[in-house]
Amino acid sequence: METFIQQVVSGLATGGIYGSVALALVMIYQATDVVNFAQGEMAMFSTYLAWTLLQAGLPYWAAFFLTVAISFAGGLLIERVIVRPVEQAPVLTIVIVCIGLLVILNSVAGWIYSYIQKPFPSPFPQTPIHAGAIVFGAHDIGVIAVTLVVLAFLYVFFRYTTLGLAMRAAAQNPISSRLVGIRVGWMLALGWALAAAIGAVAGMMVAPIVFLDPTMMSGILIYAFASATLGGFTSPGGAVLGGLLVGVTENLVGTYVPFIGTELKLTVALAMILVVLVVKPSGLFGRVVVRRV
Amino acid sequence: MDRQITRQGPVPGADAATRDGAPLDPTGSARAAAGIATTRARGDASRLAALLVLVAVACALPLVLSNFRLFQFTQVFIYAIALLGLNILTGYNGQISLGHGAFYAVGAYTTAIMIDQWNVDYGWTIPVAGLVCFVAGFLFGIPALRLEGLYLALATFALALAVPQILKYFEHWTGGSQGIVLSKPDAPWSLPLSADQWLYFLTLAVLLLLFGLGWNLLRGRTGRAIVAIRDHPIAAEAMGINKALYKSLTFGVSAAYVGVAGALSALVIAFVAPDAFNVFLSITFLVGIVIGGLASVSGALWGALFIQFVPNWAQDISKAAPWAIYGVFLILFMYVMPRGIAGSLRLGWARLARARRGTRSER
Amino acid sequence: MALLEVEHLEAQYGWTKVLHGVSFAVEDGGITTILGANGAGKTTTLRAVCGMLRTAGTVRFDGRRIDGKATEDIVRLGIAHAPEGRGTFVQLTVEENLRLGAYGRRDLRDLARDYDRVYQLFPVLAQRRHQTAGTLSGGEQQMLAVARALMLRPRLLLLDEPSLGLAPLVVREIFRVVRTINREERVSVLLVEQNAAMALSLADHAYLVETGRVVMSGAAADLRRDDAVRRSYLGY
Repeated sequence: METFIQQVVSGLATGGIYGSVALALVMIYQATDVVNFAQGEMAMFSTYLAWTLLQAGLPYWAAFFLTVAISFAGGLLIERVIVRPVEQAPVLTIVIVCIGLLVILNSVAGWIYSYIQKPFPSPFPQTPIHAGAIVFGAHDIGVIAVTLVVLAFLYVFFRYTTLGLAMRAAAQNPISSRLVGIRVGWMLALGWALAAAIGAVAGMMVAPIVFLDPTMMSGILIYAFASATLGGFTSPGGAVLGGLLVGVTENLVGTYVPFIGTELKLTVALAMILVVLVVKPSGLFGRVVVRRV
Repeated sequence: MDRQITRQGPVPGADAATRDGAPLDPTGSARAAAGIATTRARGDASRLAALLVLVAVACALPLVLSNFRLFQFTQVFIYAIALLGLNILTGYNGQISLGHGAFYAVGAYTTAIMIDQWNVDYGWTIPVAGLVCFVAGFLFGIPALRLEGLYLALATFALALAVPQILKYFEHWTGGSQGIVLSKPDAPWSLPLSADQWLYFLTLAVLLLLFGLGWNLLRGRTGRAIVAIRDHPIAAEAMGINKALYKSLTFGVSAAYVGVAGALSALVIAFVAPDAFNVFLSITFLVGIVIGGLASVSGALWGALFIQFVPNWAQDISKAAPWAIYGVFLILFMYVMPRGIAGSLRLGWARLARARRGTRSER
Repeated sequence: MALLEVEHLEAQYGWTKVLHGVSFAVEDGGITTILGANGAGKTTTLRAVCGMLRTAGTVRFDGRRIDGKATEDIVRLGIAHAPEGRGTFVQLTVEENLRLGAYGRRDLRDLARDYDRVYQLFPVLAQRRHQTAGTLSGGEQQMLAVARALMLRPRLLLLDEPSLGLAPLVVREIFRVVRTINREERVSVLLVEQNAAMALSLADHAYLVETGRVVMSGAAADLRRDDAVRRSYLGY
């Protein structure tokens, strides 16, 4: 029983990270109909930035928030400078631009910081938390909390602010949005900016676990795809929930199903997703898009 | 109040046909139609001539190129076959796949296992690989019917991720991460060719065969049905096109092309290993068809040239961060040619024809 | 004085030219209508005024050139557009739609009073306030489109076929509101319609468009009496 709970909690922690990256993917997808393949690499780059700031002697939380702010600006800049010229092009063209961005960020990070793994600090205490016979890692609990804070922030932003409302409107109906005076292009850029900021948070949360290197996010991006698919690409809350589900399932399957072990863990997670998709094609919490004929 | 109505131009309700000065001369339009027919015939003839020149050049290449360059061009042909397969599915039928690397792997392993385990003659393994992939693609296409756009892309992406792991798992057949080593087949009928040259011609022959078949398929009734499903799925169904059957068949055909390409690559490289068929391969295929031009047969060849040679050039330009150069190249390319090479060429031709027609009518 | 002056407006979709030099004006405080059959270029004219198409020719609003400006900037000058097909945000609630209507306006004081005003003009929207726009009937959606446009506190209201596909009673309701806001708030209106009889009874000035050209213009009352117009557009 203790193992079970422990596995669930650590699954929730990794799931929170998958969920955060999935959330970032959903943000851009909802605003632009594009899956941002460069999301993971953007998060990785942000994390290197945080590392640089920490090396320069900044206290953790100062570096944390500065990184989030710079990533926000960076996301804005990437959309305005790199993505904007192909805004009107077919979706696959934009996808290729994202792939280009992915290889650039990966390559430049390797070039500047080398491919050697670097340790990255956790803001949470090293001492484990005891609850009866069960031991939790403080970092795991911290990651879950941070994920929930980010989600709550976004919920409030989209539900209760005019800017959030305008972003939702721009994503749904760009033409009508322009007719009420919304600068749709900037809303898209804002979507990228928010996604970059969320990605930065996810990167800084995952780096203490997997160590920092240019490929650290590629595996996580795949799980984030899975989470977003599971939760439905139209639902930010669903994406986070999907992440938690994937994290927990992955842990439990790895622990309790002997022949699977660590080798086929990913395959099993993916197979599950295929099954979910076939049964419920728009994900567990996604909205079915009704198209007028 | 004064009646103050300004009349501009013709009176409303006047006869519509005469108003625009539209030519109603039937012989004139017949002449125009005949003109179009002759231009089309001329276009076909010049296209055939260009094709023959291209084939001749391809046949002459082994005489002038080093073995390494020849190997690279063999790779280009193989990629072109795979890209045409993916393009049939994604470009023509509108089903985005991020997992065709999986079918490439299945094709390659079919060939490798047949040769390694059962000593089958390599020539037979190529069609068998195509057949196996056709069945696999068709079967995968059935559940995929329920998925659209992004979700289909991600489901296929999952396939691409899972295949290398599965290959490693069935170690007895696949040799695990070590893979399977093959030997390159020699030229048959005591032809005076080296193994590499023979494989080059074999690949070229398969390429011509499959491009011919594909071109024929796509321009005919089936091709129109496939495109109709992409553009107007509901209207297509209303016109009696069996959407489910066509979509899964397209998936099967597409997978078969990629499978044949995979089989050829196993023979040419004489080695298969799971890690060669990673996710990046599938993404490279997607890059290839978009760069080459979606829904274009010739686009497959352009795309193949790009994915084979541009990474090498990037390497030549910067040893430190070659992929950064590649990425920049990719992005710039999409800026300049958002509809791929074939799309831009087509647009260029149309502009040229328009300009020429313009000058002719002025005269 | 004319609030909106359009001269030699040309527009095209792809290679096809749809407007061949259309000229017209909307008087400050007036209601102008553009009549014409399907495909005459009425909707295109409105879209061109709003900068939703690349155009040639000049468009002046309040004496200032607005051609070539971005749609969102034109809207911010006080030109509200209730587009063809209504263009409501179907996944957002009625209230959120109205909130967005006021997005392009600088002065956000008295927002509450504006809500009250449009709810008073269209009482049914008040009942539906927390429903998503997609669940409204066609007539209610058209009312929402007009109401949303009014939230901008526009100086000029562009209405694209508000009668399309609606029951006569609903159409009359909407036209009544348009007249009210025109009289009480001096909002100028440019109305594009196929329903010539309704439009001519509301407007004070009218233009007739055929295949992208203005073929006739004058006071609405005069056009109503014109034989050719009567035959082709009024059907008696």
